[in-house]
Amino acid sequence: MDFDLTEEQRMLKDSVDRWIAENYSFEQRSRHMKCPDGWNREVWEQYAELGLLGIPFDEGEGGLGGGPIETMLVMEAFGRGLTLEPYLATVVLAGGLLRLAGSASQRRTLVPQIADGRLTLAFAHTERHSRFELADVSTIARLDEKGWTLEGEKTVVLHGDSADKLVVSARTSGSRCDADGITLFLVAGDAKGIARRGYATQDGLRAADIELDGVRVSPEDVLGKPGNAYPAIARVVDEAIAAVCAEALGAMTALHELTVEYLKNRRQFGVPIGSFQVLQHRAVDMLIALEQARSMAILASMSVAENDAEVRGRCLAAAKAQIGSSSRFIGQEATQLHGGMGLTMEYSGGHYFKRLTMIESLFGNTAHQLQRLARAGGLE
Amino acid sequence: MDLRFTAEELAFRDEVRSFIQGALPEAVRKKMIEGRQLTKDEVVSWQRTLNAKGWAVPHWPVEWGGTGWSAVQHYFFDDELQQAPAPLCLPFNVNMIGPVIAAFGNEAQKKRFLPRAANLDDWWCQGFSEPGAGSDLAALKSNARLSGEHYVVNGQKMWTSFAQFADWMFCLARTEPATARKQQGISFLLIDMKTPGITVRPIATIDGGQDVNEVFLEEVMVPIENLVGRPGEGWNIAKFLLGKERTGLARVGTSKERIRRIKQLASIEQSGAGPLWEDLRFRERVAAVEVELKALEMTLLRVIAAEKRRGPSDKPDPASSILKIKGTEILQATTELLLEVAGPQAMRYRSEALEDMAHSDWADRIAPNYFGWRKFSIFGGSNEILKNVIAKTILGF
Repeated sequence: MDFDLTEEQRMLKDSVDRWIAENYSFEQRSRHMKCPDGWNREVWEQYAELGLLGIPFDEGEGGLGGGPIETMLVMEAFGRGLTLEPYLATVVLAGGLLRLAGSASQRRTLVPQIADGRLTLAFAHTERHSRFELADVSTIARLDEKGWTLEGEKTVVLHGDSADKLVVSARTSGSRCDADGITLFLVAGDAKGIARRGYATQDGLRAADIELDGVRVSPEDVLGKPGNAYPAIARVVDEAIAAVCAEALGAMTALHELTVEYLKNRRQFGVPIGSFQVLQHRAVDMLIALEQARSMAILASMSVAENDAEVRGRCLAAAKAQIGSSSRFIGQEATQLHGGMGLTMEYSGGHYFKRLTMIESLFGNTAHQLQRLARAGGLE
Repeated sequence: MDLRFTAEELAFRDEVRSFIQGALPEAVRKKMIEGRQLTKDEVVSWQRTLNAKGWAVPHWPVEWGGTGWSAVQHYFFDDELQQAPAPLCLPFNVNMIGPVIAAFGNEAQKKRFLPRAANLDDWWCQGFSEPGAGSDLAALKSNARLSGEHYVVNGQKMWTSFAQFADWMFCLARTEPATARKQQGISFLLIDMKTPGITVRPIATIDGGQDVNEVFLEEVMVPIENLVGRPGEGWNIAKFLLGKERTGLARVGTSKERIRRIKQLASIEQSGAGPLWEDLRFRERVAAVEVELKALEMTLLRVIAAEKRRGPSDKPDPASSILKIKGTEILQATTELLLEVAGPQAMRYRSEALEDMAHSDWADRIAPNYFGWRKFSIFGGSNEILKNVIAKTILGF
């Protein structure tokens, strides 16, 4: 049992932490956000140069052969920087599906393009009525002699507005909430029949609602065995949960530091407000919530490799629930302790609060995860 | 990063587990599960069982009976004892006076007191708190005036747990009058409870127990050789004690055992058409506590791993204060869930519930323990005092 990083992991952490510190200040972030896509393609190229985009893929296929711990280190740094680029969408979600379900030839073709920054992806899965139920898919794919035709609508597709390619889930058999009968399709973002309505999310990132109206997909662009996508989707969402737990941890750590600095420096009644015990204890309560979150973010990343979906699911549900409750607490407390400053767009605190709140709504909020755990009979 | 333990560590855990299974009397285990009071004999006998095995005082220096275990071994030992659930060794002996004498005592004191403390031949109690000195411990007024070869002690101690069983008391008293720096002039004395002038008055507590006491000291003669450390060094020793590692105070194993108990009882207790455990909303409340407990266990392991990396140190990890605060909150949350499981059955009051097993019911002790376990966030440095300590490290105020 140890929590030590390997030498390579430490080097990765140092380099990504340093890069974020130098390139993702609050002011720099505001400039990145003003780029046409809502994120900065030059930044994306630098991620490629730093080797971040190929982390989870096999070395033989053009990746770097990293695992969940490497992803955790990157995401934690991204959380500190409140980064805007489609890393979660491209590398973790759609890239994860490619890794888990794609054929060797699909991986050989696409992984190098992802790793060197030429290809961005998005995972078009959530639908208006599906909330957090991963098997709830109504988008339909019909097969004829020439291939597949997709019909349906996807919502809040993370970075779906700018993605070069989409991984679309669609039902090829069974009824609405069946786990069996879901298939994944690789589709160009600008394919005929796709209408994308992009928008900013509450935290300043990007997403899209996507209509699929007679979109043609050739058989070689099916990802994995038709009808059999659910296990890969469930697994990749567990991986994404671990990733956003780490991102939230980075954001919470930064927000707690900001708050502590504010309490030390803000003077009222002739003294720093951090000398008031009522505020001191709230800062400590935030720290406790942060340490609990750190523990569960680590547990999440350590559990991703677990092959037993049941065991893995329980750990990740617990992690996401803890991250959710800690995020909400820390976000609200930080906003309160900053007074009016916490409410201004000109200060980073509120932006952390927003991102943390959006992460809570991703891949199952706290209430959903507790229900998931309750159904499973608890953690043990 | 790796959550797996080594084969040797797991073998050690199994050895502890099977030893406890073999050695712990079933009647004691049942009392522990039901939260009943143990007799003095049961506590003494269990500690002697562990001492015979060489496990009563694992944290002590090896020459005085310590085991020299790794941080992981200490973790497994605590966890297995708590999960069994087995009685913990008497903390006043094992976690307090032993380490104090080992660190501050002279050779004669070590030889005289340490082996007897380990074997619970002497039952120690703690004479720190006073009516006017709780969290503000340095405000204590008990005084010890030097007279020839003796200190003559006068004063009143409060909340003294198990003073009625105790053979000895370690006691803070002023050997110099309070000055502007009231932490100065306090000394650490060992007092034989049979000395004339000591009166123990039990205080009935809201859990139905009478195990805390007021202790009145009137002209109590304490031989000068029973001073630990130098005169006026008492505050340092008290700080040493309060700063002692708090990993055991997380009580993760106890909370795990309590969660299992909740699930077991909720599967029996009926609520409407089926067992309470089939109520998804109840399960969600349990799950919420389990999540916090899992996080705490991981926090504990992080503290242990950090200690393993840098070796043992007298400086406690700041995270260890978090363990005590969160650990006691979770422990208390389990008592609330048990209260919910028992429902109206928790209402029946049995005055004999502490001792009488013949007519016992599992629900007897649910409410008393809910009341009584509020103490966990109060003793050993109240959670608010610990928050002051943490605040100082992060804010500097």
